[in-house]
Order: sequence, then C-alpha cells, then structure tokens
Amino acid sequence: MTVDLTKKLGGRASRRHLLKGSAAVGAGALVAGRLAGLAAAQDATPAASAATGQLEVFSWWTSPGEAPALQALFDAYSALYPDVEVINAAVAGGAGVNARAVLATRLQGNQPPDSWQVHVGRELIDNYVVPGYCEPITDLYESEGLLEAMPQTLIDQASQDGEQYSVPVGVHRGNGFWYNRQVMEENGITVGETMSIEEFLTAAETLQAAGIVPLSLATKDTFAAAQTFENTLLAVAGPEKYDQLFKGEADWDDADVRTAAETYGKMLAFVNEDHPALTWDQATAMVIEGNAGFNSMGDWAYGEVVARDAVENTGWVSHPGTNGSFVLVVDSFTLPVGAPNPENARNWLRVLGSREAQEAFNPLKGSIPARTDINREIFSPYHQWSIDSFANDALVPSCAHGQASSPAFQQAFYDALLGFVDDQDVDTLVLNLQDAAALDAEMAS
Amino acid sequence: MATIPQVSARDAVAATPRRVSRSRFSFDRILSPLLLAPSAVAVFLFVYGFIGITVWISLSNWRSAAEDLSLRQPIGDSYQVLFSQSRFQIDLRNTLLFTLIFLLLAVGGGLGLAVLLDRKITGSGFFRSVFLFPYALSFITTGVTWSWIFNPETGVNLLFDAIGLNAVLASFGVEPLKPGWITDGTVAWQLNGAIAAVYPPAADWSLKLGIPVALIPVTIAAAWQLSGFAMAMFLAGLGTIPHEVREAAALDGATDRRLYQDIIVPLLKPIMVSTLIILGHVSLKIFDLIFAMSGKGPGFATDVPGIFVYEMIFRAQRYNIGAAASIVMLVLVCIVIVPYLARQLKEL
Repeated sequence: MTVDLTKKLGGRASRRHLLKGSAAVGAGALVAGRLAGLAAAQDATPAASAATGQLEVFSWWTSPGEAPALQALFDAYSALYPDVEVINAAVAGGAGVNARAVLATRLQGNQPPDSWQVHVGRELIDNYVVPGYCEPITDLYESEGLLEAMPQTLIDQASQDGEQYSVPVGVHRGNGFWYNRQVMEENGITVGETMSIEEFLTAAETLQAAGIVPLSLATKDTFAAAQTFENTLLAVAGPEKYDQLFKGEADWDDADVRTAAETYGKMLAFVNEDHPALTWDQATAMVIEGNAGFNSMGDWAYGEVVARDAVENTGWVSHPGTNGSFVLVVDSFTLPVGAPNPENARNWLRVLGSREAQEAFNPLKGSIPARTDINREIFSPYHQWSIDSFANDALVPSCAHGQASSPAFQQAFYDALLGFVDDQDVDTLVLNLQDAAALDAEMAS
Repeated sequence: MATIPQVSARDAVAATPRRVSRSRFSFDRILSPLLLAPSAVAVFLFVYGFIGITVWISLSNWRSAAEDLSLRQPIGDSYQVLFSQSRFQIDLRNTLLFTLIFLLLAVGGGLGLAVLLDRKITGSGFFRSVFLFPYALSFITTGVTWSWIFNPETGVNLLFDAIGLNAVLASFGVEPLKPGWITDGTVAWQLNGAIAAVYPPAADWSLKLGIPVALIPVTIAAAWQLSGFAMAMFLAGLGTIPHEVREAAALDGATDRRLYQDIIVPLLKPIMVSTLIILGHVSLKIFDLIFAMSGKGPGFATDVPGIFVYEMIFRAQRYNIGAAASIVMLVLVCIVIVPYLARQLKEL
C-alpha cells in the first residue's frame, strides 16, 4: 500500500507541472506519502526557481561597512532586472574564513550559488579555477569592454591561460601608512607626500623619546605581521623583484630579502608590546586615539577612521619606501560551473562591470573601482589619492591577502613571519620562506 | 555410570526451555542485533570509517583545493614533513605542558574546593553552585573574558596600580610590576643547555624546551572553568565514603589532617583517576578556549595542535598535513584513554 502510493507520487513528480497540488494531497494521506511528497517538492525546486527567476549571491559581506555596499550592487541589478529575486547568501566571519569553508562544502556537494565573492589572483585561480568550479567569462569581458576599462595587470590577476574568470568590483590598497596629525605636530615631525624608511626610523625615535608608541601593530590575527613585512619587502626589493619572489622566479635567499627582514626588525623595535593580544582594528584605533604615531594597514583602516569621525586628524602616505607601488587587494565575483540560474548570473556580472554599479558600490565599501574611467569627484580625498596611485603606479598582488601565492604558501608565510616577529632571526625566516617556495613549486609541477 | 544421568539431565535441562521458548528465543536473537544495528552501523561509519578516511587522507597527495586521494610516495611522507615543522614541535611541547599544568591546577583546585565544602561550612550549598557555574560557560566566553583580564594594558595589571602595589615598589626604587601575560614570548626554565651538556647535538635544536610564559594564563583560565567539574566529581566521591570510616578515625584520635591525608584522599583514588582521564583528554583536544583567548600567541607560545589542524586544513588547504596532525592528536588521546578503558573493562 505504502509502496504503491510512493510510486504513484514518484510518477507524478516526474511530471512537474502537476506536482505541487498532487504532493499536497498526498501529504495528508500517510506518513510515507508525506515523505514522498517532500522529496518530490525538493526535486522540483530548480524548475520552479527558473520560472520565478532567482539570483543567489554568496559573500562574507555582513559588517556595517560591507552590507550596505553589497546592497548597492543588488539595487543596481534590480533596477535592470526587477523580476529576478535576489538572494543574499552572505556568511558572517572576518576575512571570510567561515564563508570559504561553507562555500567549499557547497561546491564539493555540487550546490553552487549563482555567483560568489573572491579575491582575484591565486586565491581565485588555485581554489576555484584549477579544481574546475568556475566558467570562463572571456566573452563578457569583450562584450562589456572591460578589457579596455581595467588595467592589464588587474585583468591578468583574474585570468588563467588567456581566459578571464571573475569580474573585479572594488580595489583596496594594501600598503597604506596612517598617522595621527596632532601627534606629529606636537612632536615636530613633518610628514610629506611620501616617506622613506630612514624618515620613518628618525620619526620613530623622536616619538619613542616622547613616550609615544611609534608604530602600532596587531599580531593576534597574524595577517598584519605578514602584511607589514610584504610592504617592507616591496620597499626594499622593488615591485619587479617582489613579483618574481612570489612567482617562484627568484630565490628567497637574497640580499634584498635579508635587508627587508633586517629593516622589519628595526621597525619591530618601535611597536607596542601588547601586539600579540590585539586585532588590526585595535592597532588602527591606537593611532586614531593618539596612543600611537603610525599604523601600517590596508585602506580598510580608512573605514575605522571614518567610523570614529577622525578624518580631519588622520593623515596617510604609502608604507615607507613603497611610493610608486600599489599593493592590490581586489574583490571580484565569479560564474560557477553549474550555476542554477546561469543567465541571471551572467547579467549580474554585466552589472558589476558597469561604471554605475562600481560608482555606487565603492564609496560605501571604502575601496576604489576596478575601472579607471570613473567619476573621481564622488570619492573622498583619500580615495582620489588611491585612484591616482591605481592609475599610475606599479600594481603588485598581496601575499598576506592570498593573491600572490597558493594558500599553502600563504599559511607558511604567515607562520614564518609570526615566528620572526618573536625571534627576529633572519636566517630562520629565509629558510622558512625557501621551504614554503619549494612546497609551492612542487605543487605547481 | 555416574556420568550418564548427568549428561542426560543436562540435555533435559537444555532441551526443555529450548522447546518452551523456541519462538521467543529466536525472536530475541533477531531483535537484539536489530536494535543494535543502527547504532553499530553509525558508529562504524561515522567514527571508525572517518578515522580510516582521515588516515588515508594523511597518506595522500591532497594539498590544494582539488581533491587528490592518490597515495603519496614515500608512504608516510606527510608525517615526516609534519614532525620536521618547528611549529608542530612547539605545538607538541605546548600541549604536553598545558595538560600537565592544567591538570595540576584543575584537579588540585577541585579537590581543595570539595574538601572545603565537605566541612559543611555555612553557605556550602551556595558556594557549591558558585564553583560549578564556570563549567556551564562555553570555552569561547571564558577565552574572551580572560583575554581581557590578562591583557597587559587593560586587565589585572591595572589592579596592581589600584591596590598601590606599584607605588610601594616605586618607593623602593623597584620597577613597577607589569607582566606581559599572554603577550610575553619568553620561554622560561629552558633545558636546552643542560641537555646539550649531556647530549651535544641538542645545542642545535630549534625547539626551546621550557615553559612558555604566555601559556600559564591560559592554563589558569582553563582550570578556572573546569575545577568546578573536578569539585563535583570529588564531592560525589566524598558522599560515597561511609560515615563509619570517619567515626573510626575520630575514635582512634586521627587529626583532620591525617583523616584527609591518609584515609579520605586515598579512598578517592578511583575518582581521581577518572577525573584526570576526563580532564586530560579535554586538554589534549583543547582548541576554542585558546583560539579565543590568545590565538597562536607570541612566537606560537600558546599554539596547540587543534589550531594547527584548523589552519592547515581550512586556510592552507594542506589536507594531508592537517589530517596527519589530527591522527597524532588521536594517538595522544588514545595513550591517555585506552589504558583507562582497558582497566574499566577488566573490572566488569
């Protein structure tokens, strides 16, 4: 009896138009019937969603600074495609660690969203393109004119074997150096348009003599320790050698790497003692509150500055010695293999690439557009400065943020730098980085 | 002659119930395996099956987002890589020290509290609840709160100022007391020198054999949370000690100290062993408390294998190394638990 009913419902389930009503009737009859009905209803979901039209977008943008920016992208999309229901599948958690774990589970279970957020560079390529989770969108780049609108270095970061795989929406600058104007003034320090390593070290000594922490650092979440080093390495070695090192084309046992490590060691003599207990925003807050002179941090720190109403009193330059380079931390969106609503997803990417969407999104997110043909007047003075740097400077990927290397190298880089902050042993650092590069090379082969 | 009736009697005894209960007997035979089957299947699949899969992954080539379950050559290479990583060596040192200090504090503290409450002092019911409450908190809550307490700028160090301790020290010309707590990367009481004197190659070891100072606040927080549990175990044990034993001791003129030292605590030994085992395996697996409180710490001073596994799998995507480290953790827990289980089974 039970079996018969299940079979009957199963047969109906294959005729999807009749399904909803018949499943509901079956549900009342028997427990087994209800189960079969449920199974059938689930089976029918893709067909139903295609009819109503949905777009599921996965990200880790849930914080007060990020959620409105994401909403601006949704609004831009809905203005053009009002009948499509946008589903925000954001997963909370700093730097997307939780979100990436959830996404990995969904992708391994063949349940991709219609599009997901990812940093370009190796994070995109190693995690998603090489395992075959992403559709190429080279035709979209051509039809939307993105190849002309974005810098070639950036497009290369979203490409593998000549095909593009994601649309960049916003660009953060990783080599920012923030300072408290009042603290500088009180201690007779003038900070110009740029700052060299020597200028920083001199200023740091003045501040230390005055009893102020010269450089605030936070190592509880590790990335800041790695980021400050990669910026210092960029300053010493220059953008070309920096690129070669992370691409595995240069050996880490190198005079420039050693000089950079020694310089970083000198800077570490000027940091707050409680750095292992702090997270990056607390270190930025030390500068805002006047408890520290400088903080080396990507320009998401500017979000903290705005949130604490400290724009007037906060100045910025490039991380000492990195003037002329722009460390890329780029958010982008993908087209999955087997997206439930591929047409909606392609339209979403078309919208993301547009001037309008990028101009709506970036002032809220605190980043700058990936397109260079935008109206710079709508941006803050800091972001106009960043836009100019993006247009004119050497663009290099960030390792601390996963763009320059494989995740395995990134983790080894973090571990090596966390050890270095403690023991400041240059030889050990170089050995650890060489080991990590060997691992990277072995995996690439 | 004598054996024949015996045999036939045994047959008769065996035959009669079999005949009477034939239907029930066979039903029982089917029923118990049937009832056990779901949980047996679940346990074999989800516990032993997944342990097996983890062992396989630890021997495989899977070290990127793309799944690769082919066997890595030479076999066991992941373990070789794992044990040669200085971070994992530090983790093993930390987990052993953490377990030792934590057990000492939690079991010692729990026993002390239980003995105090056993004295039926006023309000012992109230204090029993108070001491047990921390056990109800999640490790994350404990970790975050204690990270504030042991932050050198905002926590307990302010107390040293407030009670005037630092003013007193200053009047003697002594530096104010301001420990770095969880931010102090020092490794105290290093044995490397002493070992090197006996065994010269030890001079080249990168691992510092000593007590990382930052680990101590973390063990205090863990002991604060779990000494209430140890106390409850000991209170239950104290309740089972017959009153006659205490009376006999009192009649023989034993002092309180001797009563506890020579009679009650030795009687609590089985409870002590159970508590040590339960808390010991908690501490070998510890992750959330440390992750929330101090993270990896200065120079990995508070890093533990749990955090290492998490980062290797979910950040570095070196699934084989992460799996190998979890198998090492499993072995550590087994070393503690298996002898205990074996003893329990023998007692049954």
